[in-house]
Amino acid sequence: MKGMLSKWLILAAVGVILSGGWAVSPVLAQGPTPSDDEINEIAEDLYCPVCENIPLDTCGTEACEQWRGVIRDKLSEGWTEEQIKNYFVAQYGDRVLAEPPRRGFNWLIYVVPPAVFAAGVYLLYQGFLSWRKLEEEPAAPEADDEQSSEEYLSRVEEELRKRQ
Amino acid sequence: MKKLLVWGGLILLLMVVGLGLIRAQQGQVGQGEQAPNFELTTFEGQTYRLSELEGKVVVVNFWASWCESCKPEARDLEEAWRMLEDRGDVVFLGVDYVDTEPEAMAYLEQFGITYPNGPDKRTEISQAFRIKGVPETYVIDREGRIAHRQIGPFQSLEDILAVIEPEL
Repeated sequence: MKGMLSKWLILAAVGVILSGGWAVSPVLAQGPTPSDDEINEIAEDLYCPVCENIPLDTCGTEACEQWRGVIRDKLSEGWTEEQIKNYFVAQYGDRVLAEPPRRGFNWLIYVVPPAVFAAGVYLLYQGFLSWRKLEEEPAAPEADDEQSSEEYLSRVEEELRKRQ
Repeated sequence: MKKLLVWGGLILLLMVVGLGLIRAQQGQVGQGEQAPNFELTTFEGQTYRLSELEGKVVVVNFWASWCESCKPEARDLEEAWRMLEDRGDVVFLGVDYVDTEPEAMAYLEQFGITYPNGPDKRTEISQAFRIKGVPETYVIDREGRIAHRQIGPFQSLEDILAVIEPEL
């Protein structure tokens, strides 16, 4: 009887240990708590729509704090930076990304500014060329000028003589 | 040919900038305007489409758990809902703006909110209504037009009923 009891006690103890082991297993599956630097490395590329133009890593609102909490949780669960960013895009839209994805109308952001810059450089270059061309053009022969001024003077003198 | 390209480019650029400015200046959806159609999937997974609610008065409340000024009106909205729920021709929809789910659920529990609520996925609903912040509430009449636009919180239950009852 005593032997039976001790057997049951051992079995119960093993059961308790095993159940304890199962209970803690989800906790063990989580990674170590991520540091603030790790969180901010992802947060600096995200913008909360509530506080426009303030990156998530420096924003002090409650909404942004909650978002940083989400990043912490996801990192603890072993998510990659890419997965976390995709999650935020799925939840809140493309506008949360510091760098909009290259698709659809977003392409304008990447194409228009360089195109405008290139057009500006081209126009400046053309302007510079035409300016150089004007400078290099031979000046009108001075003889003509002298000739015309002599003609003019002689006409003035003639007019004066007529009036005398 | 070169001039044509330059002018074409300039006109295109001006059009893009102009469209952006028009959009930025648009402001919220105005009273009397047709409400933008939207689809809201609640935290419980039920989907509501405004187009399918024609013939009913729809109250759309934008809120967030981090929004302090949303809290005072939360209980009044719930009370208004409980008063009107049995009529069957009024629908209250809570749109949770830029929020995280655990905090949103805690908020709903804290204020005992029972009418359907769901996240504003990809901020599509708030963008369609062009909201400027939270809380904002829109009362949509039976024909799908904006009957009332409340910017900021309601001050009391009477204020809420006063803007819904004329549509009933």
